[in-house]
Amino acid sequence: MKKETFFTTDSGIPVKAVYTPEDFPERDYAAKLGLPGEYPYTRGVYPTMYRGQFWTMRQYAGFGTAEETNRRFRYLLGEGSTGLSIAFDLPTQLGLDSDDPAAEGAVGRVGVAVDSLADMETIFEGIPLERVSTSMTINATAPVLLAMYVAVGERQGVPAAKLAGTTQNDILKEFIARGTFIFPPQPSLKLALDIVEYCQRSLPRWNTMNIAGYHIREAGADAVQELAFTLGNAIAYIEAAAARGLAVDEFAPRLSYSLGCFRDLFEEIAKYRAARRLYAGIMKERFGARDPKSLLFRTFSGSCGSTLVAQQPLNNVVRVTLHALMGVLGGHQAIHTACWDEGFAIPSQEAATLALRTQQILAYESGIAHTVDPLAGSYYVESLTDEIERRAEELLRRIDAMGGMLRAIESGAIAHEIEASSVRYQQALDSGEKVIVGLNRFQSQEAEEAHGLFEADPRVEARQKASLAAVKKRRSQADVEVALRELDKTIVNEKNVMPAVLGAVKAYVTVGEICGVMRRRWGEYRGR
Amino acid sequence: MTMRVLLAKVGLDGHDRGLKIVAHHLREAGMEVIYHGLRSTPEDVARAALEEQADLVGLSFLAGDHLTLAPKVLAELQRAKLGHLPLVVGGIVLKRDIPRLEAMGVRRVFLPGTPPAEIVQYIREGAQS
Repeated sequence: MKKETFFTTDSGIPVKAVYTPEDFPERDYAAKLGLPGEYPYTRGVYPTMYRGQFWTMRQYAGFGTAEETNRRFRYLLGEGSTGLSIAFDLPTQLGLDSDDPAAEGAVGRVGVAVDSLADMETIFEGIPLERVSTSMTINATAPVLLAMYVAVGERQGVPAAKLAGTTQNDILKEFIARGTFIFPPQPSLKLALDIVEYCQRSLPRWNTMNIAGYHIREAGADAVQELAFTLGNAIAYIEAAAARGLAVDEFAPRLSYSLGCFRDLFEEIAKYRAARRLYAGIMKERFGARDPKSLLFRTFSGSCGSTLVAQQPLNNVVRVTLHALMGVLGGHQAIHTACWDEGFAIPSQEAATLALRTQQILAYESGIAHTVDPLAGSYYVESLTDEIERRAEELLRRIDAMGGMLRAIESGAIAHEIEASSVRYQQALDSGEKVIVGLNRFQSQEAEEAHGLFEADPRVEARQKASLAAVKKRRSQADVEVALRELDKTIVNEKNVMPAVLGAVKAYVTVGEICGVMRRRWGEYRGR
Repeated sequence: MTMRVLLAKVGLDGHDRGLKIVAHHLREAGMEVIYHGLRSTPEDVARAALEEQADLVGLSFLAGDHLTLAPKVLAELQRAKLGHLPLVVGGIVLKRDIPRLEAMGVRRVFLPGTPPAEIVQYIREGAQS
């Protein structure tokens, strides 16, 4: 075999054989790096990072009915998980009740089914909300699910001001990737900002948005596009919030971010470091933020599912270990490690435990968390950090030239860029230029399907429909109607929907009913 | 005659990276691809297949709803008198589900990792089997 003479990172950035001080002169240290917890935060958002406390080990889980998810959550907490992360099923994400004909086959499938507050009460039964932080992967219906969480807290005697957690609430990326939008872009953006505004007053510890590059990467973007489009979305939200009259230092400290862990170890680490530096600069220079907390690119990172393959699935355990390594060396605040069997099915309990143990081994055995940003000063990593920053800035300038992210999304330009990268990536796999072990090299005769896979319970849908019917029978129909009228009035008057949504969920109005009112007023978006 | 291929995502899942890759390769191979997009209903698919005079329909499933939705699309195609149209499926499908899909009338199931060239060749040959 011919030995390669030209090397690039996974995203196509040229890599030299050797890096020297010429690639990162000592004089750059103060301006580009500085100390962790200090501007421009390249080295980390906090001074002591994991010496103070480890990152949050936040495993994404949720399936079937609320009872099953409650059991899995209690299990994960019992095993040392330090935060919860709820996966909702697609009907819940799209504002459809489990008895909606369009929900058939999807109830409780890729996450837990939530129709009304009753389901949310069950999910958190025996889990005191003042002692956990909960991340919810929810976007179009985020106001409803957040309101339910607040209502569960009230019932447990935990005031909203004490609730900690995150709503993903990043609707712009749904139009670019992932696809769980309901309403057209403008009302969608309004809803997202309603949460930002509401939490500023009532849930000061809540991360109002988790602006996510992860899904953009999974849709096929490379590392530079992932970073630039994430920041592009952030800029769009911040501008929209400012246009609403919100002061940047009031809401920016509660914005959080998520970037994926893909394949190339050093490129990913450089991406996280570049992200922190770029963001701090944007917040300070472009938006005039004064509060240091507004400058922090606080991140949740997770294994990119698309790097895992179904062929020789146990190899995924090794890949996931590398993902966690990137996350830790990259200085994330929370990390999710994927399960080896995710390529087939909802993770089995055994696989979910192994994924958590992977993080615990890195934290407690490997010593990598003893010192902050251990790769700083590596000529290669610093040079790559600079290069990713430079390329992402260039792409951001192009987005500005297109009239901003919202325009670039609506015109299809962003989707087009991602698709081109995705096709390039696939071609590199087809030609063997890029290798996935077990997939396009080192294949082995595939044994039968892996054993011990999670089996979706076909009775979940019927059970969920029955409990929804019971809730509808139990609740006061008069209260439901009052709540829905109040919500409609709020929408017509262009007020913040959160108080009306909170009133509705407390009356056990369903996700589908609440979104139904919004659909009638705002219409549905069909996509491009 | 240029082959006309209708591709769609039915159900609620919004992940269409794989399907777009397939669309790209079919177009490169000279076929006409009609991408019907996210959240198409089985009725939408049958209507589009009729209006667009598709020679083949391809669906992508990644959310475990293939056993519920593939038969609905097949039934709608039947109803539109398009029962003869080959329906192919790709995505995350457990191996044990493949015989069940084939018994329903799905012509072929492509699992993750299938080289696009293999899909192109199968479709170019008219999905005859």
